[in-house]
Amino acid sequence: MSIRVRYFASLREKMGRVEETLAAEGLETVSDVWRAVSEGRPLPEQILCAVNMDYAMPESAVKDGDEVAFFPPVTGG
Amino acid sequence: MPVELRPTGFDPFAEMVRHQEVLRDQGHAYGATACFIGTMRDFNEGEPVTRMLLEHYPGMTERHLDQILEAARVRWRFLDALVIHRTGEVLPGDPIVLVSVWSSHRGAAFDACRYIMEELKSGAPFWKRETVEEGERWVESNTSGY
Repeated sequence: MSIRVRYFASLREKMGRVEETLAAEGLETVSDVWRAVSEGRPLPEQILCAVNMDYAMPESAVKDGDEVAFFPPVTGG
Repeated sequence: MPVELRPTGFDPFAEMVRHQEVLRDQGHAYGATACFIGTMRDFNEGEPVTRMLLEHYPGMTERHLDQILEAARVRWRFLDALVIHRTGEVLPGDPIVLVSVWSSHRGAAFDACRYIMEELKSGAPFWKRETVEEGERWVESNTSGY
């Protein structure tokens, strides 16, 4: 099992990828996931996160099979 | 309370008429209808804009809009609401979003419509990429509605 990580909008372009899959081992929070995909950098303050399509906080728990998403501030409407 | 994402153009006025006909078939409990229509401008931050691309997070966007409508219905007890939002390529003059609320009295219709629209602007996962003279740029934040 694993964690699916997705990126949207300007962050997707900065990351240079749409999504990736990580082994869930050792990943306990959204922050852990971010560090794993960004060479250990802290999560930028303005970046929003979601777990399984609900807004989450950096300290929110993640588990095997979750979908975690990172994206910039939203600009719809 | 339908929430729809539309990859192609739509006529918000025709959509309201169509939805209200369905409501009318169920009786005449509504005495108030409020709506907000957002349309693409041909300028932003002092520059002409010729085109816009609307990205969203399929699944989460619909889910989040449903949650906004549920929260609004609990608070204002309106009869029904309709939300339609564009995705994909949008041109100046094209409708981007329709929020319409039907209720027994005007207070709930006005207030719920405003609430739904402001919550959509601040939380629903959509992102705008606009084309200006120098090329394309992401819109970085929404302005406050108040």
